[in-house]
Amino acid sequence: MLENFEKELLKTIADISGLPDAGAFNIRRNGESAGRHSTENITIEPKKDKPGIDIRVMPFTSHEAVHIPVIVTESGLNDVVYNDFYIGEGAEVRIVAGCGIHNNGECDSRHDGIHRFHIGKNAKVTYVEKHYGEGEGTGARILNPVTEVYMDEGAECEMEMVQIKGVDSTVRDTKAHLAENARLLITERLMTHGAQTARSDVVINLDGDGSSAQIISRSVAKDTSEQIFYPRAVGNSRCRAHVQCDSIIMDSAKIRSIPEIAANHCDAQIVHEAAIGRINNDQLTKLCTLGMTPEDAEQVIIEGFLS
Amino acid sequence: MLELKNLSFTVDGGERGTEIIRDVSLTVNDGEFFVITGPNGGGKATLARLIMGIERPTDGQILLNGREITGLSVTERARLGVGYAFQQPPRFKGMTVRRLLSLAHGNPLPEDVCCEYLTNVGLCSREYLNREVDNSLSGGEMKRIEIATLMARDLDVAIFDEPEAGIDLWSFSVLVKTFKSMSRRKHKSVIIISHQERIMQLADRLAVIADGTVADLGTKEEIFPRLMNDLNDNCGFREG
Ligand SMILES: Nc1ncnc2c1ncn2[C@@H]1O[C@H](COP(=O)(O)OP(=O)(O)O)[C@@H](O)[C@H]1O
Ligand SMILES: [Mg+2]
Repeated sequence: MLENFEKELLKTIADISGLPDAGAFNIRRNGESAGRHSTENITIEPKKDKPGIDIRVMPFTSHEAVHIPVIVTESGLNDVVYNDFYIGEGAEVRIVAGCGIHNNGECDSRHDGIHRFHIGKNAKVTYVEKHYGEGEGTGARILNPVTEVYMDEGAECEMEMVQIKGVDSTVRDTKAHLAENARLLITERLMTHGAQTARSDVVINLDGDGSSAQIISRSVAKDTSEQIFYPRAVGNSRCRAHVQCDSIIMDSAKIRSIPEIAANHCDAQIVHEAAIGRINNDQLTKLCTLGMTPEDAEQVIIEGFLS
Repeated sequence: MLELKNLSFTVDGGERGTEIIRDVSLTVNDGEFFVITGPNGGGKATLARLIMGIERPTDGQILLNGREITGLSVTERARLGVGYAFQQPPRFKGMTVRRLLSLAHGNPLPEDVCCEYLTNVGLCSREYLNREVDNSLSGGEMKRIEIATLMARDLDVAIFDEPEAGIDLWSFSVLVKTFKSMSRRKHKSVIIISHQERIMQLADRLAVIADGTVADLGTKEEIFPRLMNDLNDNCGFREG
């Protein structure tokens, strides 16, 4: 049975309170399955050789969702999981992942999710992953996700990866390969506070003609937290890519943003933009002229920026 | 009612600093439509910023409905019913037009009410509701949304800083109508900083601010002929 605070965690990261009534799902709690359900078109099976699941979506499945959130509520747990997604040709699916850590103890709690996506021809995937940490303990909340995406001809994938708050340390590693006419959009939003650290490496390989990719990274660093972004787009074909990193820096935080673009083909068109700056004073003043306190104004600006 | 009493504003620089506003005294009555005009750099925006509390005067007093507000913060003045549409409104990444209007209003606004405010500033409303108030909007669109944020509020004193800037002629007529009807309904006193004759025509009274001081003050019947003379003399809004 899920405790109330565990349901709250699920709500925060996957917008479900408890086990979903419909659709395919797998809820992982403290390294074990707390509920699993397959449907006619989506099967979820545990791996035999290592921790994790295989998620298979039948070709031409239309508009189905699968929830695979993870919660870690036991202090000191070091959870590693390998999840493979096989999305059949022409299928349309929404995948809701995410991890919430509740750590009330002195030991570090850690979850490393290694996700591999094999997206079939003309399939469409929407992927949402939210990371969140909470708890009174001194133990750290650590999340190190690895995401690999292999996209067949004409596949489309939109990935939204969010770190809401409370994650002490994260190293994110994302790789993608795009075949002909595949289209990938990665939106990354991240907030760090206290003495947290975050690093995100993204490499997109545009291998097929007509492929396109966009990486939009937005972050806010507060207090003494530190962030490093290293998004790279590599054009190996007639392709288009756009990389955009935009950060708000506050207090004594530090941010490094290193977008890299590479072209190995003369018809590759790749653009990058990067900006780091404080909250603009005019924005704060404007919201104060609407009756908000400077503190509320700051909050509203950050929320909008990360929305 | 808004009263400015012997207001001065000096910034650092030079031996005794630079006086940007010099001994300005003005009263704007309830129900009054007050236009401030005058040459660029004359101090109009600074005066508006002093009233809103964005800048603090070095001397003098500001009274709202008889109560002194000189020492109050921007937030406190806003809550007492002072509003200011910026000459150059800031942009907000990730904030929708609808959210901004709701924040201005103080509560979430229903779609049809949002649409009414937008239509009143010449924006085809439904298209704009979920647009972000970021760099994707043109300067003229930003200006009109800024004006709409004041229309979403019931204010004692609404100040508009050059609302006509960057706005095409067609939208401008809509805007003039909006000032005439909506603003009169929602705002007790309206102060518009403007160079546009059509806006000046709406004024009950006008003040000419030049060199940081009130160079002329009166009804439009009094001010207009003098303004035209000055312009014909080609020496601008000079005193004396
Ligand atoms: N904080 C400030 N520091 C220095 N100079 C200022 C400051 N605020 C305004 N000024 C100067 O005061 C003058 C009046 O500016 P402003 O009020 O914007 O004029 P207007 O709106 O009438 O064109 C300008 O020369 C401007 O550069
Ligand atoms: Mg001005």
